[in-house]
Amino acid sequence: MPAIKAVEMYFPDNRARLLEIAAFLDRIDRYESGDQARQDFRYRSFIKALQILLEPDGLRTIKVQEALSDPTREPIEAVADSKAYGAWKPGDGDEDY
Amino acid sequence: MKIIDPHIHMVSRTTDDYLALAYCGIHTVTEPAFWAGFDRLSADSFYDYFVHICEVEPVRASRFGICHYCWIGMNSKESENLSLAHQVLKMLPEFLDRKTSIGIGEIGLNKNSRNEIQILQAQLSIAAQRNELVLIHTPHLEDKRKGTRLIMDLIRNESRILPSRVLIDHAEEHTIGEIKDNGFWYGLTLYPNSKGSPERAVDTVEIFGSEGVCINSSADWSVSDPLATVKCANEMRRRGHRQELMDKVFYHNPNQFLSQCPKFKAL
Repeated sequence: MPAIKAVEMYFPDNRARLLEIAAFLDRIDRYESGDQARQDFRYRSFIKALQILLEPDGLRTIKVQEALSDPTREPIEAVADSKAYGAWKPGDGDEDY
Repeated sequence: MKIIDPHIHMVSRTTDDYLALAYCGIHTVTEPAFWAGFDRLSADSFYDYFVHICEVEPVRASRFGICHYCWIGMNSKESENLSLAHQVLKMLPEFLDRKTSIGIGEIGLNKNSRNEIQILQAQLSIAAQRNELVLIHTPHLEDKRKGTRLIMDLIRNESRILPSRVLIDHAEEHTIGEIKDNGFWYGLTLYPNSKGSPERAVDTVEIFGSEGVCINSSADWSVSDPLATVKCANEMRRRGHRQELMDKVFYHNPNQFLSQCPKFKAL
């Protein structure tokens, strides 16, 4: 399929997704205590992942997944919180990757 | 078009959903044992659940001409409770012997803890002793890549299990390469928020090829869609892929993997 066909098929949906992201970031800026929110591990990972989107190497999806993943190798000792957050939260003593 | 959904939790779906599956050509489904949306308090609850997926769901499905199979296992989320998990493990052989039970699953990891690993190892040992097919649940979101690697290490350490008899499910772009390199089958789950979309699943087939992949809805009690496989097939059609490729991905591939269990016969 020619790439221009992919633009025709997927531009409207992704334009809408782009605006959702813009509105999400504006919302954080608009609400009180924005500085605190911008220090949150999820927000920081999100911004880092956004920068990957401009790398034209065809590996953006994998790189975004990796940027949001736990980079450690060892099992955790016990489950204190069974929730998944979508971004890795460094623990005490973990390097902030 | 005929489709096999190799991962769908029909205990959580309405009878209308069975009718919709039948209308759309999804006439064979397999249901893995999993977390019910809450942590169960006793092993008796698991016993009833296993009866439900071994006995009740095949009857519900058959009303609509659908063939229902199940996988039996202790899920990773509740494996953190070792006392409960060990009681459940003792029940597994009874239910693995049932005529519509085709293997151990979905077992795996949730938060990559040592307790989860202990219970996964025990179940891999049961699978090896009984020569069962294995369906693996990989962790969600940020825990997926690490968990997938830990799981593959554990399976490789159980030399009696052939990778070709293991399907590692909920794979995503960052785990597929390593799964394929190690000779396992992999599953793509179409689940709106925490897993993949039809568009990304078709991208994956285009990038990684059509060998060794099974696509499923994993429809359950949460936001999910029992017709997601049909919608994904339609996305392939929309992009101009051949019907033979769609048949391979949505029917022949799952049939090839699941038919390694002699109890399994696809409609």
